[in-house]
Amino acid sequence: MSHAPQADEAMHVLLSAADIARALTRIGHEILERNKGCDDVVLLGIPRGGVPLAHRLAERMAAVEPPGVPVGSLDVTMYRDDLRLRPARALERTDIPSAGIDDRVVVLVDDVLFSGRTVRAALTALDDVGRPRAVQLAVLVDRGHRELPIRPDYVGKNVPTSRAESVRVHLVESDGVDQVVLLREGT
Amino acid sequence: MQHLLSAADLDREAAVRILDTAQEMSRLTDRAIKKLPTLRGRTVVNLFFEDSTRTRTSFELAAKRLSADVVNFSAKGSSLSKGESLKDTALTLEAMGADAIVVRHPASGAPHRLATAGWVSARVVNAGDGTHEHPTQALLDAYTMRRHLGDLEGRAVVVVGDVLHSRVARSNVLLLHTLGAQVTLVGPPTLLPVGVESWPCRVSYDLDTELAKADAVMMLRVQLERMGASYFPSAREYSRRYGLDDDRLHLLPEHAVVLHPGPMNRGMEITADVADSPRSVIVEQVGNGVLVRMAVLYLLLGGGDVEDRG
Repeated sequence: MSHAPQADEAMHVLLSAADIARALTRIGHEILERNKGCDDVVLLGIPRGGVPLAHRLAERMAAVEPPGVPVGSLDVTMYRDDLRLRPARALERTDIPSAGIDDRVVVLVDDVLFSGRTVRAALTALDDVGRPRAVQLAVLVDRGHRELPIRPDYVGKNVPTSRAESVRVHLVESDGVDQVVLLREGT
Repeated sequence: MQHLLSAADLDREAAVRILDTAQEMSRLTDRAIKKLPTLRGRTVVNLFFEDSTRTRTSFELAAKRLSADVVNFSAKGSSLSKGESLKDTALTLEAMGADAIVVRHPASGAPHRLATAGWVSARVVNAGDGTHEHPTQALLDAYTMRRHLGDLEGRAVVVVGDVLHSRVARSNVLLLHTLGAQVTLVGPPTLLPVGVESWPCRVSYDLDTELAKADAVMMLRVQLERMGASYFPSAREYSRRYGLDDDRLHLLPEHAVVLHPGPMNRGMEITADVADSPRSVIVEQVGNGVLVRMAVLYLLLGGGDVEDRG
């Protein structure tokens, strides 16, 4: 996915490890507050970045209100609207908690919210899994440039960006370090 | 991946990619709504010059679960039975806008000709050609074995019976070798093909010894319909020497599984008891066939470069 940040690229650290930890703790509390506890809440991470984030959120929520919430993953590859723009992609893991999502509050978790197309694909994918009572969206970074009428319910950090820039989320689980950086291309 | 014509076309990475994709497909289809929107607007043609209800149905189901449109061309009751050439049929399908052609043909090499002659721009999937190959069968067998045994590296697979007439055996030997398994063919010398010593496998005539070491055993169907002459003295002698019965089943290690590509001749290469035993994964193979074919169709058609042909 992402490689470790290199010093020679024009990059700017948006979130440090401590910032990420604080943002996730806050989002965990906000989810509990908004939904009045853990009852019926299911966290579904969108691969790849969203999956470890969903697990971290679930740990924090369980610490505040045991026993916590079921957590799973939802691969949206088969539902993307840009499949034909690239060669066939490998599928990621879809893992729906055994209790299902019918009549529950599903919180989709992703690392970066950009065009909104991934979230649209996730909403379509959810249709085929069941009928949640409500769907909410938690993201670590909202970088703007939406192409669809989609907004997040929980945001770690809002970052105004230009389209020429890219946001990289590095997580301990996959990259050995927790850090969000902004890369400027062509510099 | 441009076409799937032979198990030999798949290197380890490509083969594992198909098997991993099939595994994710199983999670996606293991629920109330089994359909995925991925191949909406694509047309898959099943072009069957030989009858094969199970393979055709499996491909049809796989394509439909991915929301592709499916057209079935079979030899009976169509222009194929009126002597139309493969080329003319291909040009017809091209004119109709087929995105993928799944072809079953009695002549070895027909899918290769279809894919490379320049008649069609569609992706071609070999669904069995003569006595040559049947790659998706080998993939579903490998998928089934992997589910029960884990990684196939170093695993011993024994393939028993009519290897001579079996495209399944050839594809399996090639694919299992690619995946790191040790394959042993067992059968009467008359039913082993000329040149088998050049295949990446061992050959044995003693079933009982091989069974004791096997992680999986695959019983091949004795293809009586392809046998003009007699290849063995009698059905009874064949099943006594090369059939899998209850006594032989007990020679297998605890964890070993029994496969059969179907349709079975119960009482010939496999007894009814064995076919229905808990060690048999024959029914599971059928379900896995749909998953593997979904994976192949997705990897061939799910991406973008089909559009680029103009």
